[in-house]
Amino acid sequence: MPRSTQGFDLTDLQIPPLEHIAVTDASIGILKESISPKKMAFKRFMHHHAAVVCTVVLAFIVVFVALAPITTRYGVNESIFKAEAGIPNQNLAPRAAAWFGTDANGRDLYSRMIYGAQISLLIGLFTAIVSVALGTLVGAYAGLKGGKIDDVLMRVTDIFLALPLLVVLVIVRGALKNVDWVVAIMGDPGSVRFLVILLSVIGWMGVARLVRGQVKQLKEREFIEAARAVGASTTRIMFRHLLPNAVGQIMVALTFAIVGAITAEATLSFFGFGPDAGSGLTSLGLLIRDSKKAVPPGYWWLVVYPCGLLILISLCINFIGDGLRDAVDPKMLQDS
Amino acid sequence: MFRFILRRVLWMIPTLLLLTFVVYCALRLATNPLASYARSNPRIAKQPEKMQQYIETNGLWDGFGGYVRGYFHWLRGFLTGNWQPSIKGSRPVWPNLKQALINTVRLGIVASMVAIPIGLAFGVFAALKPGKLRDSAVNTGALIGFSVQPFISAVLLQLTFAVLWSKWFGSPLLPTSGMYPPGHEGFDPVLMLKYMTLPIIVVSIQTIAAYSRYMRASLLDVLSSDYLRTAKSKGISDRRVLIRHALRNALVPIVTLAALDVGSIVGGLIITEAIFEYPGMGKFFLTASANGDFPELMPWMVIVTTSVIVFNLLADLSYAALDPRIRLD
Repeated sequence: MPRSTQGFDLTDLQIPPLEHIAVTDASIGILKESISPKKMAFKRFMHHHAAVVCTVVLAFIVVFVALAPITTRYGVNESIFKAEAGIPNQNLAPRAAAWFGTDANGRDLYSRMIYGAQISLLIGLFTAIVSVALGTLVGAYAGLKGGKIDDVLMRVTDIFLALPLLVVLVIVRGALKNVDWVVAIMGDPGSVRFLVILLSVIGWMGVARLVRGQVKQLKEREFIEAARAVGASTTRIMFRHLLPNAVGQIMVALTFAIVGAITAEATLSFFGFGPDAGSGLTSLGLLIRDSKKAVPPGYWWLVVYPCGLLILISLCINFIGDGLRDAVDPKMLQDS
Repeated sequence: MFRFILRRVLWMIPTLLLLTFVVYCALRLATNPLASYARSNPRIAKQPEKMQQYIETNGLWDGFGGYVRGYFHWLRGFLTGNWQPSIKGSRPVWPNLKQALINTVRLGIVASMVAIPIGLAFGVFAALKPGKLRDSAVNTGALIGFSVQPFISAVLLQLTFAVLWSKWFGSPLLPTSGMYPPGHEGFDPVLMLKYMTLPIIVVSIQTIAAYSRYMRASLLDVLSSDYLRTAKSKGISDRRVLIRHALRNALVPIVTLAALDVGSIVGGLIITEAIFEYPGMGKFFLTASANGDFPELMPWMVIVTTSVIVFNLLADLSYAALDPRIRLD
């Protein structure tokens, strides 16, 4: 839209603040009034249609899962009816009494999937929050300080991230569960708390690298120099200037940390290193592990539905993360 | 350049020593070799002097000092080729480990040779018309590929091509486990490829997704560069610009990433191997860790970490070799 048609006001005469120029792109149009970077990012996010659709779908799943006792039809370990001679309740194909069929113990797969998704999402959320908080602090500190600490940190995370994740998780899990005082803090190796801490112990490294990169870029900018010139302390620069400007990237890291934790939990459970199935709790990973046994006899419902739900959830979060990344980092968005 | 390589290679030695020490401690804690040994040899476990002898010959002393001493004991044995036999069955470790390594590298190389070119082709295809339908189609496809974890695709493929297929058409289309049918002897590439098809597909899904995105980003970066505009303005045909100027430059970062990926093949196919019962490194690791077999796990970890570190170095070197703007010294 040409500027002349928008009327003339005083703001046009002023030089717009630097950051606003930096985030302006063709899809938003010429700056007429001052739009905050947050609003701009939101607008760009709304342009990413797949991400918006996925947000709605994920919100639907989350609400559905959060209302667990209302939306489910049976309990976690409740069989749909008592098996009698001649009327088995195991491995029934989908039917009115059990929409997604029943598993090897005659339990309703539909209800178990909701309870499983609940645990998986909780693990994903808690792990992501802990590892993002930790990773942000470490990454920001290393990026700001530079020097030896930075070198050592990057070397260590390099190697850890290059090693196969499952191997690292299995070995660290094995080592931690044999140390008494760690078990006292982390709880029983089969508990959800143990898993969340275990995944966070590994998960912060990816976030730290990302935040470090962002901070290293930001700290060369003029406003940080200005802050330092007026005598702001390192802590103040970090929390008041650097991190608020990196918040978009941190949000992106958070979404990918959630999906990473959910899949890591599923992988660990699949190989029998996950939460304890006996304690009346299930997760998507445990359901998929059970589905492995359902493959040879061809009980397809036990395989297709849990796998489909896990794919759907990670797909939604991946798309949201992708949309967020494009929204907060317009340089990545080369196609508009 | 030579000095850089020398310095990096020399740095690898302390890195590896430190890393193997950390791995040694973690594995000692995680597997508890003494308990595993007692579990596999219940009769010996009742004789304290025999157990003490096992501790002495294998360096399984307790406490931090014991771990340090034990590490050097292990290192000496490892370097002189005097490896401890496995706990379960008391077999020599190296023959099995070597076979597992060969099998995994074979699977990984074939899968990479299939998947990386496909991924690159998708990436180029998307980058040529950014923002158009094909671009979003490739992007969406890549994100879907990322979301399908190997164990999910493995289970779904097994269900479709083996179980349901034989239900519908009488016989399964593809075998779902192992590298050869049980009892097969010798080397048979056709049969092996048939057994490797499903594992290759599983590994390929995520590789194709990743490389299509790398290639798209890298090519878009190159296409918007000044030297490409210069090439175009000289009147070179579009085709020649793309092939001679754009693609070659876009591949520089990809080669680096590929080097890193090849380095992680050795220990990175665990999930796929475990589900398809493929006798590779992953299967070796899972079996050994289920048995708490410390003498098997330790060389396994050494091979995996060495491969990661060596290919890390190769990635750096390839970057410098391919991009003359980068000076290493």
